[in-house]
Formats: sequence, structure tokens, C-alpha cells
Amino acid sequence: MNKSENKLGKPQEYYRERYLRNLPTAFCAGCGNGTILNCFVRAVDALIQDKQLQHQNLLSVSGIGCSAWIPSPHFKGDTLHTTHGRAIAFATGAKIMNPKLQVTVFTGDGDGAAIGGNHLIHAARRNIPMTVILVNNLNYGMTGGQSAPTTPLHVQTSTYPKNPETPFDLSQLMLGAGATYVARWTTYYVNEIVDTLKEAMIHPGFSFIEIISQCPTYAARFLTEFQTSLTPKEQEQFRRQPGAWMLKALKGKKTGVANGHPRYQITLQEKPIDLGVFKQERRPTLIDYLQGLWNNKGDA
Amino acid sequence: MKAGLYFVDGGIACAEGAIYAGCRFFAGYPITPATSIVEQMALRLPQVKGYYVQMEDELASMAAIIGASWSGGKTMTATSGPGFSLMQENLGYAYLTETPVVVVDAQRSGPSTGQATMPGQQDVMQARYGTHGDIAPIAFCPWSVQEMFDFTIHAFNYAEKFRTPTLVMADGEICYMREPLTIPKSSAFPVLNRNRFTKSHPRPEEIFLRYEMPRFGDGHNLLVTGSAHRPNGVRDYTPTFHRATIEWIFKKSQQAGQALFEEKLDLEASHLDSAESVVVSFGAAARPAYHAVQTAQKNGVNVGFVRLKTLWPFPEAHLKALLKDIQRIFVVEMNMGMMVHEVARIACQADVISIPKVAGEVHDAKEILKAVMEADAV
Repeated sequence: MNKSENKLGKPQEYYRERYLRNLPTAFCAGCGNGTILNCFVRAVDALIQDKQLQHQNLLSVSGIGCSAWIPSPHFKGDTLHTTHGRAIAFATGAKIMNPKLQVTVFTGDGDGAAIGGNHLIHAARRNIPMTVILVNNLNYGMTGGQSAPTTPLHVQTSTYPKNPETPFDLSQLMLGAGATYVARWTTYYVNEIVDTLKEAMIHPGFSFIEIISQCPTYAARFLTEFQTSLTPKEQEQFRRQPGAWMLKALKGKKTGVANGHPRYQITLQEKPIDLGVFKQERRPTLIDYLQGLWNNKGDA
Repeated sequence: MKAGLYFVDGGIACAEGAIYAGCRFFAGYPITPATSIVEQMALRLPQVKGYYVQMEDELASMAAIIGASWSGGKTMTATSGPGFSLMQENLGYAYLTETPVVVVDAQRSGPSTGQATMPGQQDVMQARYGTHGDIAPIAFCPWSVQEMFDFTIHAFNYAEKFRTPTLVMADGEICYMREPLTIPKSSAFPVLNRNRFTKSHPRPEEIFLRYEMPRFGDGHNLLVTGSAHRPNGVRDYTPTFHRATIEWIFKKSQQAGQALFEEKLDLEASHLDSAESVVVSFGAAARPAYHAVQTAQKNGVNVGFVRLKTLWPFPEAHLKALLKDIQRIFVVEMNMGMMVHEVARIACQADVISIPKVAGEVHDAKEILKAVMEADAV
């Protein structure tokens, strides 16, 4: 095996030349965003090789925040880097006007669940065919570690000494809103993310994948506080390599199999978080409905 | 609707103008007085294989039409004051990314919920300065049902030609009002289509600072961002790049101003021969203003009339030339006095007198006449 090859078979250069722009990364050392971009290009490549997707039809839409920089400017394909929270609304217009596009939205917990929460639930409800990758790094990373709707209870952030808000379970929210494909992973489960993306990106409807990701710069500060089980030596290692250590916290226990994918469970706080594919169903999309209206003869 | 003579309200005329211009995507959120535009678009778009999408709010409506424009469609939304406020951030995105879209604001009496549904002209400065950052808008201002149709087509033409958002600053009065509307035969009214983006440009990787609009799905690997960018779309905060972008936005607006003047779409004037005073107005307020001018003329008072057909870019050179020898300028508008400041800026020696009206009503021609006659008597 070539030393630059990885478990998924192809050398890194293969993906970089085909799918990435030759630009420096802006992400902090140890950030999960690079992992997510890596998983995305692998899923895209597999679907293109399988003739299920065409490169020129790929559109990546993002909002504001660290997650938005995953495709923009790194992914070599059409990208629409929009305003804070509105990526899904922009994507809705782009997709409906040209249904041939495969639209992937990259959003974060602040972008997608706080300022843009309304667009998220309504796109799910309407069943607009698009894939939303919501990178949940448990805080506002780009602006410096403020409390987000997903920040664990009682941790210290740069805006609350003891975060008083109960974190949002976004996958549950999406199930309630009527998303037709819902999954949740952490950046530890790279193969599962690729497999899930391959399904989600050709799913005929709204698909939602939440990826809980490590933020070594900010979330690492508050995660240390409740990683009370760490020995002093481990705590020292945590401080030196927070990204790698946070990844350990994002590794869970296998609990079973559902929808053809394994289920895992992680524990960041008292309440465990389930990982896996929670829902896969089909129902007519909004585009099906809108194009169905074309055949009704009106009094032109 | 087929070519012919109709008796419809301004909202329907606006929607029919959009369909005539080739609009095939409309995203909207219900708000009166824009309701009849929205409902007519919902009815008509499926008939021409277009898409009407009802969004969750006005922020989303504005976002969706920008996204759809980048997918190659002619797109529009319509709203009223509260919704126009919500659209401002994404409207700024459309200016920076040079995205052709049309936004219709059926102005109503604010601020806030105000006299919901009752007409006003209080958003004219929001059209100019509403979004953060420097922009240079193109804003049409119809005063009749026919102009709701015509100006909506012009708005699409200017949006496509100059690759920029354009605004139709209507008001509740014009949207509700029913008047005869003549819909011309197809191709009788000029309709401009998007400048096609081709790779035969000297610098084919450049997608901004040019009139040709690229489209998603064509294999151009477009980088579209609301951040400051190089002409190829790569995010770059270097002063020279951002300055070039902003100057380009202003240059396009200047060129549009010249084109509007040449097409006689900037303003119209009458009764100016030997006039000592002039009434300047626009939109619904110009109707009683015009009536007042005609009455004054009958009573032997030599007062001229100027109606702004586009508010932005403000037709200052043309207006300045027309008002050069005028002693008194009355500015009639349904707000506390907004465009009056623009007029005052270019008025040389003249007294500029504001005739404002707030309360959700159009002026009574008598009150305008009274103000004009009293000033004349002094």
C-alpha cells in the first residue's frame, strides 16, 4: 500500500486535484472541518464514479461561520457562500429553478439552528431535495466561543459563566419537522459519514446529517471541565492536543443496527447522544408538486 | 394574459408585467398591499412552466430569488414595508454579488406595522440606503396601473442589462387601484435577456465586474460570495479588490442613469414654459399633484410639473437643468419629507417647500393647490 493511500483506496492527491482548489486552509489545527470536507469529497467521488452524480451539477451552499468555509472556497465546484443563517433559503431557490443540481448545504449549529433555524425546519417540512450537513461544534467558533443553542448545559463560554440553556437536539427537531432522511454522526465516524452521505446525496427529498465536530480552540476549553475522568497526565495531553483528545470524547459505544447502519452512543453530558441513521422515507417533494401544476390548464 | 385591454388593479398589472418580461421564479411571503401581486404570480407562473414558492418569511424570499437567479432564472419578489426591511441584508448580498433580481415594494404607512395596508411613500430612502454598506440602486416609481406593468418590465430589463437588483417602489394606492391596462402583443414591448456568460472573455475565470451572468450547473466552478472578493470570486479583503467592486457597482448605476435619461424613463415634465414655480412629485402622490397643477394653470397661476419616474439613481443633472430658473419648488410626497432633501440639494436659488402627507392617505389636490396659491400670493 502506497504510504499516501488511505483505507478508502485512493491517494490523497487524487481527491485534491479533482475536487479541491489549491488554496490554503483557514481552519485551526485539529479542527473537524477538514475531516468533513474529506468525507464529502470521498462520497462525491464514489457517486460520480458510480454515475449517480455529475460533477458540474454539484452546488454547495453555505452561510456564515466556520462550517461555511468547508466548501467555500475549498471545494472545486459551484459554491454559493451566503448570508448568516440563510443558506437553505438561497439553496431552495437555486434547486427549484434548476432541479438537475445536486445541492448540499453546509451549515453550523449557530448558522443552521439559531439564526437560520426557521429555514431549516421549513425546508425539511417542504421536502426540498437537498442535503444539509450541519456541523455541530457546540459553540460559535468563528467569533470566539460564545454560547450556541447546542452548547452543553452549565459549561463556561465567553458569554455565559455557566451556560443556562438546555442544548438543542437537532436530529430530533428534524424528525419532528418532517425531514425524510435524518442521520447523526461525530467526526470520529468517518466511514459512516461517507456511507451516509452517499445515500443522502441521492435521496429524493430533504436529507439532514448532523455531524458533531471538535472545536479545539474554544469548545475544548469547556469540554475539559466536564472531562473529570481524565487523569492529570491526560489533562495535560488534552491541553496540548485538544482536537485529538476531543475526538476521543466523540467516540462512542456501539448499541445496535438500524436502517442498515450501525448505531452508537456518545456521552458528552449526563444525557447520552445517539448516533446513526434515524429515518429514511419517501414522500413527494415540493418540486414534484410545483411541476405537477404545469399540466393543469388555466385560462392563459 | 393575452394582448388586449383589461380593467385590473396595479398588483395584477405588476405580475403580468413580470410574466411578460420572462420572470419564471417568484418567492414571496403574504403581506398587504403586495397581496394581489403574489396571488397573481401564484396563479400565472404554473401556466408558463414557472415556479411560485411561498417562503417562511421575507428574508427567505429574498434569498430564494437570488439563488434562483444564479440558476439562470429571471426572478422576483414583492413585499411591503415590514418585509422590505427584512430583505435589506440579502438585498445587499445581491448588490455585492451582482445578481439580477427584481424587488417590488408596495409601500404602506409605517414605521413598524403602522397603518397596515394603507398607502405611503416612506420607504424611498430605505430603497437608497436600506442595506448596510455602499450600494447604488435603480428604483422605478410607477404612478398608474399601466406603469405597474411597464415599469416591472423595465425593472427586469435594467436588472439583466446591468446585472444588478432593481426595485419597483410602488405604493398601496397604485396596487389597489383599478384602471385600464393595455397588454401589448408579445415582442411589441422590448424585453432584454441576460448577457450570456461565455469563456471567450479575455479573462475567462473572472465572474464578477462584468455584465455577463454565469449560471450554476454549467461547469464553471463558480465561487459566489458575499465577502469581498477578487473578480474570480476568491474571498480577498485587499483594499484594491473591494474598492474595485464598489466602484463598479456605482459605475453601473451611473450608466443606468444615463440609459434611463435617454429612454425618457428618468422623469417627465410639463407646463414648464415660463413657469416660476414647479411641483415635483412621484408615484401616487403625483396624481393629485398633477391635478393641482392643472387647476392652478386654469386659474392663471404659472406652475410647472415634474414627475420622477425613477427615484434612484436620482436624475439630478436633468432635474437641475429643468429647475435652473425656477423660484419655488414644491415637493409633494406621502412621507414627512424625504425626496425633498434630494431636490433641495440640486435646487440653485429656489425656495424648496415640502408638502408632506402621512396618515395613510394620498394628498387631496385642494391642499396642494392651496399651498401653491398661498406661496404665489406672497
